[in-house]
Amino acid sequence: MGMVAEAQFHVLAVDDSNLDRKLIERLLKTSSYHVTAVDSGSKALEFLGVLKDEQNQANPPSVFPNDHHQDVDVNLIITDYCMPGMTGYDLLRKIKESKSLKDIPVVIMSSDNIPSRINRCLEEGAEEFFLKPVQLSDVNKLRPHLLKGMAKESHPNIDKIKAMEETHSPDRTRTNYNGLEVA
Amino acid sequence: MERNQMHRQVSVMRQSLFDQGYLDEQFIQLEELQDDANPNFVEEVVTLYYRDSSRLILSIDQALERNPLDFNKLDTYMHQFKGSSTSIGAKKVKAECTQFREYCKVGNGEGCMRTFQQAKKEYTILKRKLEAYFQARQSGPSETACRPRN
Repeated sequence: MGMVAEAQFHVLAVDDSNLDRKLIERLLKTSSYHVTAVDSGSKALEFLGVLKDEQNQANPPSVFPNDHHQDVDVNLIITDYCMPGMTGYDLLRKIKESKSLKDIPVVIMSSDNIPSRINRCLEEGAEEFFLKPVQLSDVNKLRPHLLKGMAKESHPNIDKIKAMEETHSPDRTRTNYNGLEVA
Repeated sequence: MERNQMHRQVSVMRQSLFDQGYLDEQFIQLEELQDDANPNFVEEVVTLYYRDSSRLILSIDQALERNPLDFNKLDTYMHQFKGSSTSIGAKKVKAECTQFREYCKVGNGEGCMRTFQQAKKEYTILKRKLEAYFQARQSGPSETACRPRN
């Protein structure tokens, strides 16, 4: 049944709650994504190899602008907003400030429906803002962002991945951040 | 004949949890994530909920014994507890958490304490009911909400 294993998207999930981490992991795996789940922003940055990136920035500019210096290949980062230490917003900013990571789409999750918070995240470059508990219909919204990211790198398997595309559940407009719906 | 009776019993148990307002839609969302490869996902999630929440409840209890009360801290704890409760569809527990946070906002310590006792009560009742449900589900033939494997 599971065919194109090497064309799997890799999602990095960040949440300090064990429960929510288990949930988001299951949701993402249901959509056939490869998942890495960590419990803090700093662990996320560590996984993404940011420390290495800071060293690279001290060197002369790269001749090849698409040379990513990434330790691992992550296609999307989905992070909780409220976390001790580094919030999801802090993490978002750090990613957008990083030369090698800024093009990775970032999605924020929060159990609070606070318009100013949502706007701040979107302005900082987050692709989506999901209200918790995250649903399958929310996860279905990730696919276009992932495909867009791959098109940028002109990934050879993009046609294969597009062909695999299927809708898992009817699209619900429950978490419509433009309408600022109360959960 | 016996098999069908077990089926029905599990089904009835499950339905009453919704009818009596203990669980909401979110529980169904969790059930939809179960498949042949993950047949006990909901039970695993609920087990995790009770494990993590017990620590949180202890912290809240201790925080409620302080004088004066630190409403910011209490609200932070309750924010977590409410979040987890929402994630598993624990409707009554969630309602008490919401009430608690309202009392925190206005600095009503009495209200907080009363509400928290209620929250713990609902939490315990739900735990017993879910334990019974999962036990019945395991001992009977499994035919509760299952998606085909992806």
